[in-house]
Amino acid sequence: MEEELESGVVKKFLYINRRAPHGTVYAHEALEVVLIGAAFEQDVSLAFIDDGVFQLKKDQDTSEINTKNFSKIFAALEMYDVEKLYVERESLESRGLKEDDLSVDVKVIDSSEMKKLITDSEVIFNF
Amino acid sequence: MIFGILVNEGPYQHQASDSAYLFAKAAIEEGHTIFRVFFYHDGVNNGTRLATPPQDDRHIPNRWSELANEHNIDLVLCVAAAQRRGMVDPDEMKRNKKDADNIAEKFRISGLGQLIEAGVQAERLITFGD
Amino acid sequence: MLHTVNKSPFEKNSLETCLRLIDDNSAILLIEDGVYGALKNTSISETVIDAQKITKIYVLGPDLKARGLDKSSLISNIEVIDYKGFVNLTVENEKIQNWL
Repeated sequence: MEEELESGVVKKFLYINRRAPHGTVYAHEALEVVLIGAAFEQDVSLAFIDDGVFQLKKDQDTSEINTKNFSKIFAALEMYDVEKLYVERESLESRGLKEDDLSVDVKVIDSSEMKKLITDSEVIFNF
Repeated sequence: MIFGILVNEGPYQHQASDSAYLFAKAAIEEGHTIFRVFFYHDGVNNGTRLATPPQDDRHIPNRWSELANEHNIDLVLCVAAAQRRGMVDPDEMKRNKKDADNIAEKFRISGLGQLIEAGVQAERLITFGD
Repeated sequence: MLHTVNKSPFEKNSLETCLRLIDDNSAILLIEDGVYGALKNTSISETVIDAQKITKIYVLGPDLKARGLDKSSLISNIEVIDYKGFVNLTVENEKIQNWL
């Protein structure tokens, strides 16, 4: 159903995730865009800032709230060639988290590097 | 300049759809082109033709339809978000065996690829949401 | 780059994060409840004034007016623009980041 673009244009896409995972649908539906977007062969990066870092917390189990545990999808992103995941160190530390608390391999970067990542991107999605 | 617009919130609950509409209108008045308005999350609810706001209030879905009619704007509701929230066009009605459709004039339902395409094709992509 | 912020800084951290991650040569446009970030004599006014050293800050007039505010309520050197001005900012700046 999804048609590939024929233009051959490759842009730098950045998905900025700033929401915690289960209280609202934004994080889940953002991930659905990432998965569909992967088929378009753009240059994709994901940034986790503010409460967005909670999306990557390991051991999430939604069985008792009866919602979809989409956190498992992060581990599968590699198969979609989505490999650039960046976490802002300040956001992580201010929430008492360490890299070990996260479910997938990410690159932890400081605010100045995050600033550069945002500036260097061409299309930025916020959900 | 070619614009893509992403609307992430439903009508009336949040100012996002109003802001997006006023932005689109101003952009057109300035001679720019709106390539597509993509409605995601609760934003798909902007596409209902069953809304009946009070007479003295703006009619948000109709306002989008009219703008699209006048300026040939592509209004797309995300299919996954629409199915979850009960937004149905005639095709979806048949496919999912529903007893009615409820999509407003000039809106269509399609995949998230349309949003990615807007990001690639438009010179500017702007998001209105919560 | 144009950054928009649509949240009150007294409720959400969107403006704070925007200011932390904004690059030099950027512009910030405050819209919807974001316009409250432009008020003078608030707990965050100093932070916003500080940001003005590197960033030009704009406020969307229609959203300001709707909330019973005008230029006299704002930190100095914040420019009030209309929707046409909003569109022009998105044209002048090649990229847009919307802090929701």
